Amino acid sequence: MSASRHTTTLAAFLLGLAMLLSGCSGEKPHWNGKDISGVMPDLEFELRSVQGDTVTPGDSAGQVRILFFGYTSCPDVCPTTLAYLHQVLEKMPAEARQDVTALFISVDPKRDTPERLGSYVSYFDSHIVGLTGSEDRLRKLAKRYRTTFGYGDADNDGNYAVSHSSAIYVFDGKGRIRLLLKQDMPQQQAAEDLTRLARQDLS
Amino acid sequence: MPWFEFLLPYDFSPLTVAAYLGALILYGLALPRLPEAERPGPWRITAFLVGLLACYAVMQTRFDYYAQYTFFIHRGQHLILHHVGPFLIALSNPLPVLRFWRDRLPSRGLRLAAPLSGIYRILQQPAVAAVLFVGLIYFWLWPAVHFDAMLNRQLYWTMNWSMLLDGLLFWWLMLDPRTPARGRTLGHGTRILMMALVALPQLVLGAVIVFAHESLYDIYDVCGRAWPIAPRTDQLLGGLLTWIPPAMMSIIGILLMLKRIMNDGRPQQKQADLAHSSNGGMAS
Repeated sequence: MSASRHTTTLAAFLLGLAMLLSGCSGEKPHWNGKDISGVMPDLEFELRSVQGDTVTPGDSAGQVRILFFGYTSCPDVCPTTLAYLHQVLEKMPAEARQDVTALFISVDPKRDTPERLGSYVSYFDSHIVGLTGSEDRLRKLAKRYRTTFGYGDADNDGNYAVSHSSAIYVFDGKGRIRLLLKQDMPQQQAAEDLTRLARQDLS
Repeated sequence: MPWFEFLLPYDFSPLTVAAYLGALILYGLALPRLPEAERPGPWRITAFLVGLLACYAVMQTRFDYYAQYTFFIHRGQHLILHHVGPFLIALSNPLPVLRFWRDRLPSRGLRLAAPLSGIYRILQQPAVAAVLFVGLIYFWLWPAVHFDAMLNRQLYWTMNWSMLLDGLLFWWLMLDPRTPARGRTLGHGTRILMMALVALPQLVLGAVIVFAHESLYDIYDVCGRAWPIAPRTDQLLGGLLTWIPPAMMSIIGILLMLKRIMNDGRPQQKQADLAHSSNGGMAS
């Protein structure tokens, strides 16, 4: 192989690499949260509401859906997330808030009865909906969004820790995945993102 | 969960299963057809199979689930994919098998493979190979990149395959049994130097992760861990797996090279070595 062909191959390789890298920072609308459009499949689940009804994304079609995981015996992450989301929703303009449904998915169906889940969630915010289902269903949903949960060993009183995702997944009115929010993000910024998404859906 | 489910893939990738099956079938078909003198002995066959199986196991069994949701198991996965597995495969010297299939390739296929061999030669320049080997580890462990790789399924597969392929390239360059005397492979001194050089940045990176006060990889908090392991413990174990075993692989490689150099020094061995390498391991 001649030297010039070496150079051509190398140049092509570098060009490809550069294109690959620049693909990560293309001209996209700026969001405060992490834009994960297209990275994960559309919203899909079949779970139980605290009233015992079957709930699917169709029930909240057209709304911006916020999805996050937890369990009511959770000592730290879940109460913080719920309180955080409550604050975020409070910071949104009222008319945009009406277009947002927050779904708190309990991944501890053994302990989280509908009553318990219902009273827990309503304590934080009336806009937040508590959902749960069989472990099998929950595993499928978790896997779909590249997350998981696991149970620790029970102590003498039967209490056990549950590891779960701390992320807040945001879907648009069509159920497409859009954003990933983390709680270390200022509430005002999260509120801006959700408001923009809610208004975008209307137009 | 029934035990056999642990053997099933968590995230089934048809392409990956096909690649491993293909490698296994091509190896198995070539073995009995090789001339007696070139046929690998039981140790080499075992090394090849163990290496292949280990890489398959960390990619397409339940292990992959734990690797996706626990940092230190993810580090263990990359230890197998980038170090142990490719090391064993390179050590098994699959050259006779590769040559067997190359000779059976239609000439058109050989022409199509020409650009590939160009890329291969560039990647196997000592400097490029060493930078790529360490660079890939640093790249995928860069917190922002790591976050995306664990979140995005396609990127996740790209990461694992890039580690495996680069591991094969690097360890083949290091362990290639063909004697450098014929000028087609790297000198043993260069190889020793490279293995020592790539160990250093890995030692640094491992130590940085082990001694980091803050959580470096919050993706495991964001996506949830496979079980409630303390994030600090997870990061510490992951750091240790980045730190110690990879450096040990370099040392094993260096010892093997030293052994070869010592054997080269013995005049009575030299003839035998040359004879062995000319019928055992040589390409064109």
